[in-house]
Parts: sequence; structure tokens; C-alpha cells
Amino acid sequence: MNIEEIKKDFPILQNKEITYLDSGATTQKPIQVIKAVEEFYERYNANPHRGAYSLSIEATENYENTRRKIAKFINAKHPEEIIFSKNATESLNLLAYSYGMENLKKDDEIVISIMEHHSNLVPWQKVCKVTNAKLNYMYINDEFEISEEEIENKITDKTKIVSITHVSNVLGTINNLEKIIKYAHKKGAIVIVDASQSIPHMKIDVEKLDCDFLIFSGHKMLAPLGIGVLYGKRELLNKMTPFLMGGDMIEYVHEQETTFAPLPNKFEAGTQNIEGVIGLGAAIDYIENIGYDNIQKIEEELLSYATQELSKLDYLEIYKTKNNKNHSGVISFNIKGVHPHDVASILDNLGICIRSGNHCAQPLMRFLGIDSTCRASFYFYNTKEDVDKLIEGLNKAYEMFKKYIN
Amino acid sequence: MEDLTAVYNELIMEHSMNSYNKRKLEKTDYEQIGHNPNCGDEITLELKLNGNIIEDMAFSGHGCAISQASTSIMIDTLKGKTLEEAQEIVNTFIGMIKREITNEEPLKKLEDAIAFKNVANMPARVKCALLAWHTIEEIINKNL
Repeated sequence: MNIEEIKKDFPILQNKEITYLDSGATTQKPIQVIKAVEEFYERYNANPHRGAYSLSIEATENYENTRRKIAKFINAKHPEEIIFSKNATESLNLLAYSYGMENLKKDDEIVISIMEHHSNLVPWQKVCKVTNAKLNYMYINDEFEISEEEIENKITDKTKIVSITHVSNVLGTINNLEKIIKYAHKKGAIVIVDASQSIPHMKIDVEKLDCDFLIFSGHKMLAPLGIGVLYGKRELLNKMTPFLMGGDMIEYVHEQETTFAPLPNKFEAGTQNIEGVIGLGAAIDYIENIGYDNIQKIEEELLSYATQELSKLDYLEIYKTKNNKNHSGVISFNIKGVHPHDVASILDNLGICIRSGNHCAQPLMRFLGIDSTCRASFYFYNTKEDVDKLIEGLNKAYEMFKKYIN
Repeated sequence: MEDLTAVYNELIMEHSMNSYNKRKLEKTDYEQIGHNPNCGDEITLELKLNGNIIEDMAFSGHGCAISQASTSIMIDTLKGKTLEEAQEIVNTFIGMIKREITNEEPLKKLEDAIAFKNVANMPARVKCALLAWHTIEEIINKNL
């Protein structure tokens, strides 16, 4: 794989003099995705599921074909197990409202981890407030990993829902899903997997994982903003009540009563983000064309180089497991004594884009005893030169602050 | 690209890292928390009034160099001023950062706080520079 050739597919990386190290927030988009969206508006824009004319039917076909494509992509048994949403956050809210609120009662327990993004945390707090269930946390060890003992300590006979991120958006830790899912099922709980930070980088197979639900955002995997996915086992989705009410999710509407459409429409109220769905389809084609094997090969090399080079800077504190096989995508760090926001500004001045802040993970920051971190995140279009530029920028930031650091 | 030393200048760096205003007051009339949830910066301002005059002020908390220095320099600038004078200075500072006031003359009353002028060219950092000033605004508004 020639990364310089890959880079040419990304117009923004050609048009701007930037070192983009914030793919964990959102990836850049290849021309194939941009063109697919353009083509939709130029050739077959119409409201799907609505018109009896051929243009609308073509839009519907493309929309439903993408659903089938996603089902195949993550190895779901049935296309109707794929529900489109706005993003990972909306998918999780759907589950909190339509599953959590409906099924939990006093003294039941929800288990999440301390490394969750607020989107997989705040909705569960709400469920617990309404149902009087209890929210319990799996904590991390010194290697920033959740140990098997912790899993067995926190998931109990009272646990009804385990909702866990596959890969931490702050630490890059890959969680032991196999163990968590098996153990949770043994205890009678269902498992929700937040794959937002994993699916851009690694093959997801929902049948093999045997998770009950899995959610992700399109924009972190080359697709446009504003499109997300919820996968759920059909028997569970069938039992759930709708989340949003309105057009297209109904069967019969009377003055006082309504019956609802079958899956997947039951969960897709209102006109959907068709351009987002079309773009997501093109993104999946692009990823499959490169291949997860190649993506992993490129990224493993890149991350191991980044880890090696960052570790050489003795003024840095790095929040990453030493077990590289349990790590993906992002590296968080701090220049000791310098606030990440200042580091990010100095890097920005050199055209280097990193994220700074609490990364929507305030409880994790508090657990680590810090306020925020710098985070560099990588994708297959990044190169070793990008890492070198980051190191150069960090050295410059350190030089600027050195004499003032207490 | 902006020359960063214009923002991260000696005065701002000194105030951000080793501020003598980062302390506790013995007697406090007002305590106000300012928080920027996006970046996690949080400060607590303590203020002691003598009639209408800001007699003493101090702060605690954490954040980036710009938010911390801005808080510290604001304290230097506003100490000894009446609440009315303070309000005018606060409005001028906010106007400068938002680029609504560009004339040199009105900016003179900002004293050292004029050091933040170049933050106006860094949209990502405007909130950092304004945190303390919006926080004291709340105290002033309660008293005027």
C-alpha cells in the first residue's frame, strides 16, 4: 500500500498544508465519498419510501442497498437489524429510552466503564434516575486496561445492561469484549458495544462478538457527518417500543391510537439523512477496497513508531497501555506542567491538528487525576512524517514553556 | 500564521505559571466560579469590597496559560477600582477580544491587560481569555 497514493484520494490533505492528527474526532473524507453524495443530489435526489415515481424508488433502492451493505459489512444476519440514526449519541439514546427505560426497575444494575465517552454515560444516568436502577463502573488498572477480575467483580446477577466502548477515545485501550460479552450473558445481562473508535480501524463481526447491540458514527470512518448506525438483534429490536414518533414509522394512525411499522422503519421516524447513508455506503466501499488487513498493518507500524518517538520525550506523560496489541488509534499525553490547550495552540500554529481537552470523558479525567490531555489520533492516511512533525511541534512547545514550568 | 510570542509573551507566561494572585483571601464578600466546560478550565474568584471599591481579589483553579494569566492580570488591573470603573474596564476588555474596540485610546485603561490583544486573532482561545472577565461581570452585575 502506497500511503502517498492513498493521500491523493483526500482533497483536504492536498488543499491544505496540515498535519491532521484528529481522526478520532472525525476523519477526512475521500473523493469517492464526496462524489457519491454529489451524485445523489445530481442524479437521484428524492424522498425515499414516499413517492410512487421512479426517482423516489431509485433513492429508496440506494438507501436500502446501503442498509444491506452495512449488514454484510458487520456480519449482521438481517438487514432490518440495521437502524440509521444521526450519530452514535442518538443510537445510544435510542437504546437508553427504548430499552433501558422500558426494561429496568429498582435495584437492577447497569454496568459501564470509567473510560466511557459522555454519550455512553449520561443517557444511562438518566435511565437510572427514572427507573431507580444503579449505575456501576468498571475501573482501569495501571496499564489503563479493565482486568478480568474487574469484569467479574462488577457484572453481577443484578446487572441487566452492560454498555461498553470497544476502544477508548482517550486511552486507545481495546477492551476485552469477548470476556465481557460472555460473562455478561452468563449473568443474564444484554451487552451494548460502542464501536465508534474501533470500526474505522478493525473488522467488526457482530455474530462472532455475539453483542446484543452495537452502535457507531459514520463520520469517524470516512462518511459524512450526521449519519450513525444502530445494530440490534432482531428479537430484541422487535420487542422494543419506538424512540421517535412521526412519519414513516407507522402502520395505521387513528385519532387516538397508532400501530407501528415493522423493523427497521419503526425506528426511523421522519425523512432520513439519505446523503449521509449514501456517503456511508461509499465509505464502506473505500474501506473494503483498501482492506482492514492493510489498514491494520499501516496503523500498527505508525502507532508503534509514534509510541517509540513520543516515549523518547522525557517531558511527556503518556496515558497508554504498554501492551500494543490492546491499543488502537489514539495516543493521549501531556507536557508536564503545560496545559494541553496551550500545546494545541502552538501545534496549530505549525499546521498540526490535535485535540486537547477532556475528550467528553470527564469521569475518566477525574479518575486519572488530571483535567485534560493532548490527544493525537491516527488513521491509515497518516505517515511517519506526520509523527515527526508532531514531535518537532512538541519540542517547540516545550522550549517555549520550559523556563516557566514550576 | 500568527507570531505566537505575541500571545505567549513574557508577562502572560509569568502570570500564568507563578501568579501571586493565586491565593486565598482571609475575608471574602463574594466568591464566584467560572467554568468553561469545553476545555475544563475552572476558576474561583474571591473578592473583597470596601464600600464601592474592590479592595482585594484572589483566585484559585486550573486551566491553560491564557485563562490563568488573564485572571491574574485582571486582578491586578481591577484592584482599587470602583465597581463602575471595573465594569467599564471589563466591557473594554471584552470589546478588545471580540475586536469590537480597536482604537488605541480606550484600550489604555486596560493597563497590562492589553497584553491579550493578539488573542483576538486566535478564535479558539477567545473563551480562555474571557473566562475571568465574564466571571467578575456576574459579581459586578449583582452589585450595580
